[in-house]
Amino acid sequence: MSASIEITDVTKRYGELTVLDDISLSIRAGEFVVILGPSGCGKSTLLRMIAGLEDVTKGSISVGERRVDTLPPGQRGVAMVFQSYALYPHMTVAQNMSFGLENIGLPKAEIQRRVLQAAATLEIAHLLGRKPAKLSGGQRQRVAIGRAIVKEPKAFLFDEPLSNLDAALRGRTRLELAQLHTRLGSTMIFVTHDQVEAMTLADRIVILHNRRIEQIGTPMEIYQRPASRFVAGFVGSPAMNFFPVESATSNGEMLTIQTGGLGSVGAVIRPPSRFSLSGASLGIRAEDVTVLPAGQPGIPLKAEVVERLGDRTLIYGHLTDGTKLTVEADGRSEARSGDMVQIALDTSAIHLFDAAGAAHHGEGG
Amino acid sequence: MAESYRRSQWSNGLFVLPYLAVFVVLLAFPLFWGVWLSLHKVDLFGPGRFVGLANYGRVLVDPVFLQALRNTIVFVLVSVPVLVALGLFLALALNRTTRMTSFLRGLFFSSSVLSVTIVTLIWRFVFIPGDGLLAVLSEALSVQPVNFLSTSGWSLFSVGVATVWWCIGLPMMLFLAALQQIPNDLYEAAALDNASPWRVLTRVTVPSIARTIMLVAVIQIVMQFQLFGQAQLMTNGGPNGTSRPLVMYIYEVGFLRWDVGKAAAASELLFLIILVAAMAQYVVSARKSEASE
Repeated sequence: MSASIEITDVTKRYGELTVLDDISLSIRAGEFVVILGPSGCGKSTLLRMIAGLEDVTKGSISVGERRVDTLPPGQRGVAMVFQSYALYPHMTVAQNMSFGLENIGLPKAEIQRRVLQAAATLEIAHLLGRKPAKLSGGQRQRVAIGRAIVKEPKAFLFDEPLSNLDAALRGRTRLELAQLHTRLGSTMIFVTHDQVEAMTLADRIVILHNRRIEQIGTPMEIYQRPASRFVAGFVGSPAMNFFPVESATSNGEMLTIQTGGLGSVGAVIRPPSRFSLSGASLGIRAEDVTVLPAGQPGIPLKAEVVERLGDRTLIYGHLTDGTKLTVEADGRSEARSGDMVQIALDTSAIHLFDAAGAAHHGEGG
Repeated sequence: MAESYRRSQWSNGLFVLPYLAVFVVLLAFPLFWGVWLSLHKVDLFGPGRFVGLANYGRVLVDPVFLQALRNTIVFVLVSVPVLVALGLFLALALNRTTRMTSFLRGLFFSSSVLSVTIVTLIWRFVFIPGDGLLAVLSEALSVQPVNFLSTSGWSLFSVGVATVWWCIGLPMMLFLAALQQIPNDLYEAAALDNASPWRVLTRVTVPSIARTIMLVAVIQIVMQFQLFGQAQLMTNGGPNGTSRPLVMYIYEVGFLRWDVGKAAAASELLFLIILVAAMAQYVVSARKSEASE
């Protein structure tokens, strides 16, 4: 039932404004792909182009073996769950779910079988006679998913479906979506700006930025080996620390990088021979910086704000030259704001970015 | 504190006083005075004499009243559905923002700002025998011309055409406003649901504006029951009273024959009829939407 999706050289323009520029993406049948990006990066536009709600300016989109970008939305074999759910307000839950099936002339018995089955799967059988206005946000969300499931589509498209739910419900629904994907084995494309949703749900994440695909990879690849400075800064909370590179010397094995604040840092990175230092930066995640026990020499950091999150403690501070740095310390850390602490870097987790933002990683990172 | 609270509550009432004064003087008082008049034999020139329900009895057996009542009901039964359907059709056709649609919206609405004299003058140019537009057209097509304004049946029809032309602007605008409230993602969901244009209209658009359809119907029922100017100026109720509406009957009885009590009784009956018709429409629609809930 599930199908692969092939997006080839797709461009979207509104008049002079280019929203998406030459996007190509292959999605395997049954894969859960999350399109992640900041607001306005064109991620919803890409999803709507797959659904057929936006025209494709250039390029092609295929679902399974069939090219679909010239077909009307209803004939593409995809189902979409909208951010606002878009339930028909005057129809009951059952009517909402069966409307699409009636339109393609499915026999009544088959429609009823599918609606009851989907309702049982989503535990909304007791709501079938109600109208959307009488449902809570979470229930509406399930009905919207149910309306998609009954169509038995080749692919599910989700347009930020969790953003209207409260935090607790969002977490639970996320889990249920993952379970649903395992059970149905369908191709799913999920658009979000929430990196937690992306990291937890995706088989692969597609990072969109500035009209283009910045990186495609598994959540771990995206997190540990970001392809660019943008990805490194966008994914991960707190955001990665960046330092301007002043100079660097290589002895073939080890690269010794000189930065303001951190001083001299040795990293096992082999940048290409044409790597230019001007505009380059060094990046390290907060959890790859450790606070040393009192008395051990390290890089001094003046703690400004200390956030205690229970399992971990975030220390926001600045180095001797004023450069800001965030450290993730143990949950039992006793550091207080105003303290001077000594820190050390895990040099195997250092990332180097050139002026254009392209990343170079160490062997261990 | 309780004292000042009570005092502030009392003085809050002053804010509604101006409206209340106008309401009482111009609406409530005439309504009750009308009822009082309908129970008296009165001619505007002297004090009246209490006659109980006699005026109502005289009105209800008056064949002219019954004919006017029949004319008015036929007129409402035909003109209101036409106004609702045509208004909805125009709104659907013009529910997009291009220069052309903006122009056409203005054009269709412009007839509403004309006074009844201008409207009837324009339609007299169309319907009048001999030199009227339709007469010239039927002559050109070698068809026997119809004398629209003085043929029984056609005269009320002609008044209806002029009325629809005059009144179509408001329903169209109300429907346009309602259509623009429908969230676009419902249409996108319908597109993904493979809905045909007809299914989209009947299952998404019309149910979404059901309340406005009811509102327009009630407004038009109330307005069209009060038909007067067009009939007075185009056909003068003729021929043989076949296009005389109830308000014209009231006018003739009250201001030409000075039988004010009888005219007031007829007015109260018209008031009741409008009330019942509008409420019936409301109750039927409310029950329908309840049944579908």
